[in-house]
Order: sequence, then C-alpha cells, then structure tokens
Amino acid sequence: MNPDIHFNSRMYPDTNGHFGPYGGRYVAETLMPALIELEAAYKQFLPDPEFQKALNILLKNYTGRPTPIFFAERLSRSIGGASIYLKREDLTHTGAHKINNTLGQTLLAKWMRKKKVIAETGAGQHGVATATTAALFGMECKIFMGVEDIQRQAPNVKRMELLGAEVVPVASGTGTLKDAMNEAMRYWVSAIRDTFYVIGSVAGPHPYPVMVREFQKIIGEESKIQIQELAGRLPDLLVACVGGGSNAMGLFFPFIEDQSVQMLGVEAAGTGIETGKHAATLNAGSVGVLHGSKSYVLQDENGQITEAHSISAGLDYPGVGPEHSLLKDINRVQYAAVTDQQALEAFSALCRLEGIIPALESSHALAAAMFEAKNRSKDDIILINLSGRGDKDLGIVGPLL
Amino acid sequence: MNRLKNSFETLKQNNDKALVGFVTAGDPDIETSLKIVTAMCENGMDILELGVPFSDPSADGPVIQRSSSRALKHDVSLKTVMDMIRKIRKITSIPIIIFSYYNPIMAYGIENFQPDAIAAGADGVLVVDLPLEESPELTSLWNQTDFSLINLVAPTTPKERMAKIASASSGFLYLVSKTGVTGSDGLDTSEIETQMNILRSVTDLPVCVGFGISTAEDVATVASMADGVVIGSAFERLIEENINSPELVSIIVQQTAEYKAATKQN
Repeated sequence: MNPDIHFNSRMYPDTNGHFGPYGGRYVAETLMPALIELEAAYKQFLPDPEFQKALNILLKNYTGRPTPIFFAERLSRSIGGASIYLKREDLTHTGAHKINNTLGQTLLAKWMRKKKVIAETGAGQHGVATATTAALFGMECKIFMGVEDIQRQAPNVKRMELLGAEVVPVASGTGTLKDAMNEAMRYWVSAIRDTFYVIGSVAGPHPYPVMVREFQKIIGEESKIQIQELAGRLPDLLVACVGGGSNAMGLFFPFIEDQSVQMLGVEAAGTGIETGKHAATLNAGSVGVLHGSKSYVLQDENGQITEAHSISAGLDYPGVGPEHSLLKDINRVQYAAVTDQQALEAFSALCRLEGIIPALESSHALAAAMFEAKNRSKDDIILINLSGRGDKDLGIVGPLL
Repeated sequence: MNRLKNSFETLKQNNDKALVGFVTAGDPDIETSLKIVTAMCENGMDILELGVPFSDPSADGPVIQRSSSRALKHDVSLKTVMDMIRKIRKITSIPIIIFSYYNPIMAYGIENFQPDAIAAGADGVLVVDLPLEESPELTSLWNQTDFSLINLVAPTTPKERMAKIASASSGFLYLVSKTGVTGSDGLDTSEIETQMNILRSVTDLPVCVGFGISTAEDVATVASMADGVVIGSAFERLIEENINSPELVSIIVQQTAEYKAATKQN
C-alpha cells in the first residue's frame, strides 16, 4: 500500500476521539462523566495563553528544554552509512521524555482544582515523573505498580517514595503495567470527584491519546527547527521506540505532513516474535479494545489479553496508542521490531562510541536505526528519539553484558 | 415473546421486584457453574446475568476479578457461555442477559453476536465498557428487536445524559448505586433515591440497582425504591468461600431464597 497522500493529521481525532476506526472511549459509564469533564477542561485550558506560558516556563527552567540534537559522528562512521542524529530526551529532568506529559497533565489537574493525582507505571519512569510534578505542585500522589515491576525496578520505587508518593502494589493479573492500569482505573472510579488520573502514554480512552500527544509534540517541534539548523534540511528518517507510543508520537506528529520524511516505529520483539514472547503489538497483534480504546492488542482467539515480554519494562505492554494503529494502516509510519539481544548490542555500542548510556527502550530505536543506516548513503539523515537515559537499567544490563 | 417485558409485568402484578443474579460463567468450573445457575433459577431468581470472564476486568472489584480468573483457568470463552445458555434455556424461562466486556465480543465477531445469542436463548446484553457513544457499532448490526441492550447509569451521570442513555436502552436500566467498582462496601440509600427520582423523570423503563448490595436487608431497602436488585459480588463471594464445600450449591440455594424473600413487598 502506498502512503495516503491525502492524510491530514489535523483531522484526527474526531469529536469522539476516534482515529479512523481506532481510539474512542470504551469505558464503563461510571468513568464517562469524568472523561467528559476532562475533555472540556483540556479544550478550555490548553489554548489559554496563561496556561501555555506557565507550562513553557516549567518546560524550560524545570525540565531543561529545549533538549539538544547531537550528531552521533563516531556511531555513524562505525556503521559507514547514513548520518545519525540523536534527540536528547535523556537529558530532561528525571531522565526521560515522560516529564513533558506529566508536567502538562499535573498543571491541568491544578487548573481543574483537583487535589490528588494518580498514575500507573511499569518501569517506573512515568511514576517517577508523576511523583516529581506532584511534589512540584504540592499535590497528593498515588502510583499503581505491578508487584513484578516493583521487584524489577526497586530503585524507581525508592525514588517515588522519596518524592512523597505512595506506591500501591498491584498483585492482580500478571502483576505488570497492564494490571497497574486496570487498578488505577478502578481507583479513579471511586475517587473521581477530587482525583486526576495522569496516564503515561498516548493510550487509554479519549482524550488521553490526543492530550498526551499534544504534551509530547514539543519533541518533534524542537527537532524540526534544530535539525534544519544543524544539517540544513529535514531528516530522511525518524526512528523512535513504541510501547504505548508517546515518545514516538511526540517526535512524529509535527512531521506527519512532510511527505519527504519517512518514519519508523520500533516495537520490542522480546526473544523473537516467532517465540511468542514479545511486545510487538502492531507487528503481531490484532484489533481489540483494552484500557478504554480500540487499537491493536496482543490477545488470544477468545479476546483475552495475553502477556507481553520485553527486556525493557517500558515497552512491556500488550497494547499501543490508537493513533499508531491508524498510522500503520494508512502506511504513513512503518513499524519494525527489535529483539532483546539486538537492543542490548545497540545499548553497548552507544555507551562505547558516544559516551551515552541509553535506556533499554531507546536502545530498540537505536538498533533499528543502525540497521537502516547501513543501507543508506552518508548524505541521508536519520534522527532517533533518544527517549531516556539508561541508569535505571544497569541492574538488568549488568549481568548480560 | 419478550421475556424481560413479561417478567417485569408479572412482578408488578404480584407487587414484587426483580431479583437479578450475576455469576461469572464457568466459575469455579463449567459443570459446577451450571449447577449453581440452575439452583438460582429454581429458587426465585427472576433475571440471570451471566458474566463472560475477561482477563482485564477494569470495572470490577477483587471478588469478580478472582471469579473471572478462576473461569479463565477452564478456558471459558464467549462461545462456552453461548453453550451454557443453550443448556440453561432448557430448564428455565427467566430472562438471560449476557454480561461482558467488549473485547471478547469483538473476538467472537460482532456480526454473529446477536443472532447466536438469540439462538442460544439470551434476551439481551450488557457490555460494561461500551458506553452510549460507542454502542452503535454493535447495535447498528442488530436486525432482531427482541434483544435488549442494557445500559449502565452512574451516580455521576447528569440528567440529560441519563435521558440519552435511556432512549438508547431497552429491557431495563442498570443504576450503579455508588461510585466505585463492583463489590464495593456499603449502601448510600439517599444517593440511590436521588438518582432514582431523576431517572423516573426521564424514562419509563424498569430500573434495577446494583453495586455494593449484599445483605437481605440491603435488598429489601433497594427493592422499596427500584424495580429490581442486582446481586453479583455477594454470590461470587459465597462461591469463593465455599469452593471446595459439598454444600456449595445448597448454600447458593439458601441465599437466593433469602434474597428473593426480601424483594417481595408487604
């Protein structure tokens, strides 16, 4: 299928939050009034110049934006193909792009006069970012985290607690991110009147996918200016990892209508798609409804959600944001998958060649980009979203490398 | 013949209210589950809500989550539930409502869902996570009218929205008694009364109230305000607590009869 040249990204989502056949609000009626209230507040406050001013000051002075783009010269030379540039989201406060979104949502919560925020977390990065912005705004904060992830990501649990958040262990289901999200939704229903739910990705019911994209698109907006200053033109290829897909949407969205720019989303292939132990929802899943929106999901033939597997806790999710499903179907973005092992090799390469320790999530994007670079001329420009730093992964990577 | 309509009319003539029982299909296993449902049908339950187990029941509390997990250990699917309904229909004429999350229905095939459900003997469906805005994608495929879409109304649902939900529903409305998930403790009767008054002003449909109702006393209180009382987690809790007991079915029989006695108005 050829890319749809008539695609106009501003047409999506529609008024009910649909991205073509995807997205929407598939939640119990008990949540609908809260989502309608949130959508109204989002539409009212986001365009408000005062809101934008407050957010921009924080993004600059608290988060450290704009993050730079760095030409990875030694890495590029070692491959002998295209020139690889890195958007350094790993340099933001708390070490990942997640804070762009939590700052926006927590500020919105404040403007809505909510007193408490809650969030789900898998690897702990979104939990840490939410705990951070909750502390900044003086709001009470509860983070729902699967018991398995609490084990795997102990340092982030400690960080959240230091920041004043309560970490609520979730033992139901598989004890991972999807169950933490179920539990956060359950808690939200019971506390809906004074609590704001900060969702960490471009997933969940409308308006979350569009709202999170709006808070993350600053990655692509900055990149568009920076790469033209550095390289004199737009990149040929953008590469970002996709779990729920927020860092990818953030980078891709401002370039969607630039037809010369190709895009590659990179999922986690775990131990290989053929082994069944992976998180490659777009590559190997089918259409379903999970956590309030319609999108590709990993499921069995009876519609039961199956467990995802990845070395990277941030990609270990059996769903994906609905806008990615649309971008896949219309062929605007290509989606590849990278195994645990390939991600580890890319992780190692960046450490040694550029002195940058990337997050395991971002290492997936890196691995796919390095593969792409090989088959391209050195005049080609590849821009990777280096979505987070890898310090949090040392416990996982250490025994393997 | 519309079984739901009939049921509410007969109850009204007898000055009685509906006892709506929810159990997860296939909990603790398919055979026992059929025995439990049969016992409930034979001991006063007026409407059966048969739950399709789902891996990610985000609107349910821990009791129904665990019942879902137990059923999934036996690979209970919507197809299994259709088979169970076929069997249950042979022994009872009470209305049977399929209670499901949307994903199992999508996986089953939304085109086949209504004809298969009707053929099996079901009278309607409540899709927990398919609110007003999304339900046309399912109901627009329906070409038989004797099949009800039961919708939820929440304590936070505003009046105008209640009216829209009511006009998209048939059979009855399910009023959620409190903000929270299924199985939450405690009953707020003044909140139910307020919501009931608003609902009555926008619809003539029967209204059944559920969430957090567990004692016969609760049942009597709610029955005095509504057209029916939905009991789910309380039955599931009994199943869980007596899962290895040879008395399990008789315990359910006794509890059903006790609830039924409480719906009858003096």
